[in-house]
Amino acid sequence: MFAIAATDIAVDELRLQMMDPAAGGLCVFEGWVRNENEGRTVERLEYEVYEPLAVSEGEKVIAEAKRRFPHLQACCVHRSGLLEIGDCAVWVGVAAPHRDEAFKACRYIIDQIKVKLPIWKKEYYTDGDSGWVNCERCANV
Amino acid sequence: MKTITVRYFAMFREHAGLSEEMLQTDAATALDVFEQTRSRHGSSEPSGHCKVAINDEMAEWTCDVNDGDIVLLFPPVAGG
Repeated sequence: MFAIAATDIAVDELRLQMMDPAAGGLCVFEGWVRNENEGRTVERLEYEVYEPLAVSEGEKVIAEAKRRFPHLQACCVHRSGLLEIGDCAVWVGVAAPHRDEAFKACRYIIDQIKVKLPIWKKEYYTDGDSGWVNCERCANV
Repeated sequence: MKTITVRYFAMFREHAGLSEEMLQTDAATALDVFEQTRSRHGSSEPSGHCKVAINDEMAEWTCDVNDGDIVLLFPPVAGG
């Protein structure tokens, strides 16, 4: 399951949803909003999401993880909108019979989510400036 | 000539000052559309960094563009 959340990600509920008698463990990755990036102090950030394609591409990532690592349950939820320092920006959970595939699948999912989904991050700095992360390479503005 | 809709996202939208527009164009491919709207979105180069979708399906820059298509121009993504 992949979803976009416009408000706080309900991490405790997600963890409970992953419970499975066939699973020997749950590997979770939580991405948090950090107060610094490339030497600049970050005050908050905003995720812009093109939800129709983010969801369909996210579902493809989950499906591919299940194909590569059979017998697992996987879930990912990504935030949209304004987030404060410490907020959970993305949650990935993988329940599997054994830890090796749980760790590997969790890593695979977060790595793919970061590069494949139409999601953009705008950082707001304490000096009043703001900027789109990773966009400066591409745009000659 | 064909009529298409071009949609801009994130930095592209801010640079263009609009989120979408209709274009009368002779563009054959998604890359042609990207090139023809360069002054709008402000990107210096697409390959490897930017992405494109046509009618809500991820596409390649070499994909054909047809009359009535909605072309979505995505700057480099930064989820997670």
